[in-house]
Amino acid sequence: MVHRVTGIALALFLPAHFWLLASALQGEAALEGKLRWTEQPLVVAGEWLLVIALAAHLAGGLRVLALEFLPWRDWQKTLAALAAGFALAAGLAFALAR
Amino acid sequence: MSARFQARLWVAQRVTAMILAFCVVVHLATIILAVRGGLTAAEILARTQGSMAWGAFYSTFVVAVAIHGGIGLRTIGIEWLGMGRAAGWVAALVSASLVALGLRAVVAVVA
Amino acid sequence: MEVKVWRGDATGRFESFEVPRQPSQTVLDVVTHIQRHLDPTLSYRFACRVGMCGSCAMTVNGTPRWTCRTHVDKVAAAGRLEIAPLANLPVVKDLVADMREFFDKWARAKGQLTPTRTRADEFAVVDPGSPARREADAGIECIGCGVCYAACDVVKWNRDYLGPAALNRAWTLVNDARDGGQSARLHAVAGDAGCHSCHTMMSCTEHCPKHLSPTRSIAGLKRATWSLPPEGEKP
Repeated sequence: MVHRVTGIALALFLPAHFWLLASALQGEAALEGKLRWTEQPLVVAGEWLLVIALAAHLAGGLRVLALEFLPWRDWQKTLAALAAGFALAAGLAFALAR
Repeated sequence: MSARFQARLWVAQRVTAMILAFCVVVHLATIILAVRGGLTAAEILARTQGSMAWGAFYSTFVVAVAIHGGIGLRTIGIEWLGMGRAAGWVAALVSASLVALGLRAVVAVVA
Repeated sequence: MEVKVWRGDATGRFESFEVPRQPSQTVLDVVTHIQRHLDPTLSYRFACRVGMCGSCAMTVNGTPRWTCRTHVDKVAAAGRLEIAPLANLPVVKDLVADMREFFDKWARAKGQLTPTRTRADEFAVVDPGSPARREADAGIECIGCGVCYAACDVVKWNRDYLGPAALNRAWTLVNDARDGGQSARLHAVAGDAGCHSCHTMMSCTEHCPKHLSPTRSIAGLKRATWSLPPEGEKP
């Protein structure tokens, strides 16, 4: 379920991301202007959530790939827990880096 | 909408997933490293402008994401929105838009 | 102990009964007590009552389980018990679910052997240690109780989805050296109605009372159908 919801969140976020980057077509200053806007606290919080969403979706995806392609092992069921842990770690790294 | 086509969709989803796993790790690492001490347009563009490597990387990223996300959205359309066959067409539309917007952004930062 | 039991069909409601607690009481004991002593019009299914046949499968406090193997102590911690028919299936009456679509899907998944020999031929020799046979044996104990079907979210969201049990059985046959219908079967289990709709959520594996893993079988089917030839050609 986490996998699906984070997928939706990422899919919704991407057009905005692309649009913002494309503003560089108007020159560096245009991109810089938009970057300043993203430093508002709400946007920063949103970005942090998105990074966690991305890490969670990736971790969940790796779990699915492992279950579908690797020879079956019982411990693969605990991959879900590992996935969650990884997502959290990535989020923390991002938060600390700022 | 034969079983064969759906099996192909599944393969595409998994293959793009593997490509994206690599791209996302690179992208996340780049973000975390780049965001230290604040982020400016100048820094971003200094890294990406004129770089064929970044251009190739991000173009691949964009196409893989468009395919992967499109197939995922098709499934959601069928299972949660009850869309039936229309889900495939809507998803294809979204995929195409993502490719267009994404490649435009890549050109924006690489050219 | 207060017990809520579903009465009627899909448009029914829960009815409350006061049932005495006993040591080592199972949910099936509770249902039987209600029918024998409190309300003889209650309908429910059971047969062996010792955890072999799967007939007594119902939804207990929201989870699909075998009621004969579910001790009240384990599930009614707060002193409340809610019993409903198996989910994802039409309700016939009270606690009885209509299993027809479950078995129809079994047939649609080509969950039956296509024989290649006649009684005039020699016995088929199948090596029990071969990888294919081991794969088949891992899933062969299914008794068709429907718990996995009731637990599966994809079954809930996708009317056509064949479901974990049918796909699990199909996988055991894909690995059966005696079978001659592989091409048709692989086509039957592929696609949106088949294995490709499985999202590996593993509710089936988690709830299976025989500790089978339909997820594992379905993963096998996904690998087997990744390059499907057009219908009619041999795989």
